[in-house]
Amino acid sequence: MKMLRIFTISILTILISVNSYADTDGSIELSKKSQNTETTDCFEKINRGVFAFNQVVNDVVFEPLAKGYRKLPSPVRTGTSNALSNLSILLTLPNNILQGDILIAGKNSLRFVLNTTLGVLGIFDPASKVGLNEYQSEDFGQTLGRWGMGEGCYIVLPVLGPSTLRDTTGSIGNYLGGDAWYNITVRNDTRYFSNFDYYASKGMGGVDFIAKNLGALDNLEENSIDFYASVKSLYLQDRRKRILNTDEVIETFDDSDWEEIETQ
Amino acid sequence: MNRKIFKFFFAFFLIFQSESHAVNPSDFVQSAVNRASEILKQNISKDEKMGKIELIAEEVVDIKGIAYYSLGSHRKSLSAGKKEEYFKVFKKYFLKSFSSRLAQYSDPKIKVESQKKLNDKYTIVSSTLLATEKTPEVKLDWRIVTKNTDKPLIIDVVIEGVSLARVQREEFNSIIQNSNIDGLIKNLNEFADK
Repeated sequence: MKMLRIFTISILTILISVNSYADTDGSIELSKKSQNTETTDCFEKINRGVFAFNQVVNDVVFEPLAKGYRKLPSPVRTGTSNALSNLSILLTLPNNILQGDILIAGKNSLRFVLNTTLGVLGIFDPASKVGLNEYQSEDFGQTLGRWGMGEGCYIVLPVLGPSTLRDTTGSIGNYLGGDAWYNITVRNDTRYFSNFDYYASKGMGGVDFIAKNLGALDNLEENSIDFYASVKSLYLQDRRKRILNTDEVIETFDDSDWEEIETQ
Repeated sequence: MNRKIFKFFFAFFLIFQSESHAVNPSDFVQSAVNRASEILKQNISKDEKMGKIELIAEEVVDIKGIAYYSLGSHRKSLSAGKKEEYFKVFKKYFLKSFSSRLAQYSDPKIKVESQKKLNDKYTIVSSTLLATEKTPEVKLDWRIVTKNTDKPLIIDVVIEGVSLARVQREEFNSIIQNSNIDGLIKNLNEFADK
């Protein structure tokens, strides 16, 4: 089992590295230019098939749940969303450190302690009231991106949705001890939590996301002539922005194309 | 004497006319969204709202610029005739898609916050779509073409860091790669006619 894991990681790393070098002329330095190169859709036919399957799962399972969830009173939804966000800090923290953001790691630790204790397991958000309101989740895929690794091929995972080889490789880190929440629920047999807690929190995270974006997602689907390509673009742009950790939206895409357009 | 007065006023009129009346990009965006918001608030059918939004879009959006940008590198290999055919159907598609996207909001509250001039051609106007009971606050940035300062035009809307023009360009690119420009034109036509 361990050998299989090592083999899988090695193959994925090679695939991503090849793509990374192809993108950056041999340099693995993260630059704005490399962030704007087109991501290869190496498995487009399979991806489109999985995407169609995911849409059915979404229509049959997640969307009805999200619609039901939206009917809950606003404080219940806010509390759930806060608790899930609080749990995500456990994955964000090691990534803050791996990315060299020690100050942010300190702030996030304080945020976690305050919200878990005074905020009753993260249901309330007292940390935001004392100025710790700027929180951005991080994961191992973002860390690999920050270290300069290219995205690799675009892939669509069953149920989980859009990803890249780099991001999928990163998520393997969660299961190898990088996610404290996974460690205390699934990996280690503790008296307080079970596997169910982990998978329920992940499922709830998906429902919460869909509930918040229900109208926007339906609207996008209705107004797309290739919904698969639209979702792919949305995902990749969002990931690039998260890796660059910037609100400067204009920095995340190549301006040269605009420069050529002369219509006035 | 009368002739002198006439000359003076005539010269004054000419100078005044030739002086450009630059429009501030932030004011332009706020005015455009306020106009759209007024329509969306009205108690009329979705089709009527879409019709009125289309009229505003034709006035404030650089549809030709978006059409060419959406083609990406493919625009360089198209003949003039094909470009014309594409633009004609793109305009129909864009107006329908744009107005339909906006028509989902019943009374959007957008607050323009700041602007950043990128160069003589483009300015980014930053704004926020205020949160409602069911939807969170959304950051909206508008890429404005300011080459003609008298008549700025919207060329892109960036939602939480995601450029809609770029999404459209990648969508079009995917279709062109799978079924060339004629496939794209066919798809756009089908969308516009549905």
